[in-house]
Amino acid sequence: MPQSRSERIAGVFIYIILSFITLLVLYPLFFVLIASISAPETVMRGEVWLWPKELSFVGYERLFANSELMRGFLNTLLYTTTGTALNVLMTIAAAYPLSRADFNGRGIFTAIIVFTMFFSGGMIPNYLLVKELGMLDTIWAMIIPSAVSVWNIIIMRTFFQSSIPKEMQEAAFIDGASNMRVLWRIVLPLSGPILAVMVLFYAVGHWNSYFSALIYLSDRANYPLQLFLREILVQGQMQEMVDISDDSLARSLMDAEAIKYAAVIVTNLPMLLLYPFLQKYFVKGVMIGAIKG
Amino acid sequence: MQRQLSNVEAHSKIQRKSVWRRTMMQMRRNWQLYALFAPVLLYFIVFHYVPMYGVQIAFKDFMANKGIMDSPWVGFKHFERFFDSFYFWRIIKNTMGIGLYELAVGFPIPIILALMINEARSGRFRRFVQTVTYAPHFLSTVVVVGMIMMFLSPVSGLVNLIITSFGGEPIAFMTEPSWFKSIYVWSGVWQGMGWSSIIYLAALAGIDPQLHEAAKVDGAGWLRRIWHINLPGIAPTMTILLILNIGSVLGVGFEKIFLMQNSLNMEASDVIATNVYRSGILGAQYSFSAAVGLFNSIVNFIMLITVNRIARKVSENSLW
Repeated sequence: MPQSRSERIAGVFIYIILSFITLLVLYPLFFVLIASISAPETVMRGEVWLWPKELSFVGYERLFANSELMRGFLNTLLYTTTGTALNVLMTIAAAYPLSRADFNGRGIFTAIIVFTMFFSGGMIPNYLLVKELGMLDTIWAMIIPSAVSVWNIIIMRTFFQSSIPKEMQEAAFIDGASNMRVLWRIVLPLSGPILAVMVLFYAVGHWNSYFSALIYLSDRANYPLQLFLREILVQGQMQEMVDISDDSLARSLMDAEAIKYAAVIVTNLPMLLLYPFLQKYFVKGVMIGAIKG
Repeated sequence: MQRQLSNVEAHSKIQRKSVWRRTMMQMRRNWQLYALFAPVLLYFIVFHYVPMYGVQIAFKDFMANKGIMDSPWVGFKHFERFFDSFYFWRIIKNTMGIGLYELAVGFPIPIILALMINEARSGRFRRFVQTVTYAPHFLSTVVVVGMIMMFLSPVSGLVNLIITSFGGEPIAFMTEPSWFKSIYVWSGVWQGMGWSSIIYLAALAGIDPQLHEAAKVDGAGWLRRIWHINLPGIAPTMTILLILNIGSVLGVGFEKIFLMQNSLNMEASDVIATNVYRSGILGAQYSFSAAVGLFNSIVNFIMLITVNRIARKVSENSLW
């Protein structure tokens, strides 16, 4: 069908706006990347625009020389793996029964779970509970209070209901299979994509979270990466990394900036490299959630 | 209606016994499902309902040695103190202001973005735009706030380098209260618009292309088709997200504001959540800050219910 003149103009207009938006989103990320590998002085003088100037890795060197940061990285890795494993197990344990029409009481159970999305006791009672349970300053405070997300339970339940053929499960029951066996042998093997989505959602959440660490952890040895990042990026505390004694103040200020750029790149590198390949899974998760909110 | 009810009643009377028996049989047969669900139920009771019960300390003078149960009741003392406090109106004004600003900007932009992406003909271009705009969603709050600070720094920030190169005076964005809300909201748009547009793109993909063909035959222009086909097509999604957004206007997130806050922009950045953190976790005034937090939860809940009721009246879509 031939396009009218106004339609062609509108089409061009849309391309221009979308290109502008894309540039606006992409440029800050790109700038951080090139700034992190340029000499700090050139960044300070505003000479770095499109290409790194006077290649320098001083930010990365200082960053990796810091032992606390490596500790934070290992802590985050521990919290992310154990936390995600628990999250996924709990999500399956919640979503599979709720997906079954013959699970008596599922209406009440769903209501109990969904209500917590809209009303909560708040920060203080939660804090007192964690304190009361003796979980302050332990790994448990990082993984148990956030053991499962209501939203993800709903996504997973919707997937089980809509994508796993009921007839297959019923046939297995007639053959004498138990509920657990059906879940393990039929439902889960057919749920690969949604399991990938869950692992990704939860893992990204753990990797990026700082809030529970902020309120539940006080021992620096337990700090996750994000709390150290907060000190570097937001509070500007990096005396340890910037050696003030043998450098001029200006010099160390510049290095401090270089460390910031390097820190952003290092902590997001795994995500930035994996993201283009995983994008379709993430999007799938959002779409399944949209079927029934 | 009456007859239907009595019908159902009579029906159920006859069947009650057999229904009950069938239910019991089903439950016995599915005991594994209940065993599977038990830890989940336990988790929700312990980590969500126990804190709801524990919120009673808002009406008590909490003493650590006595515990939540045995601390003395004081009625609305903490609420009165909060309503009378010097900071009350500042906190309410900031929380509402940021929440409404965020709603006004953050709600329509993803819709517009989705409509535009949907119109772009080239598949490769579309995918590129999507990949790029989704990416910032995966950055942590700490990193985003860190980037905001780097770009807006009065000494070395890119934005101020641009301003000064055009002969302007550098602006201390992060310490100037009047800039706070805009920085908060627009950086949120930068980070979230792509991701929030996915749900609308999904809804748009579900619109029957024949509608567009028919409209074209009838001579409908480009804008008319968006207005009369695409927008009605995503209206249910829009309603649901609008309800959720309005319901959380007072629930302005703690994580990002807390990181962007400093003693100089406090006037514009102090919100309910940060206030609770300061007086509760740092100041150990548990009862007082639990009262502030409870006030926040209740207002949020009432708003959500109200908006949902309005939505149910004026359209067919609502959360429940």
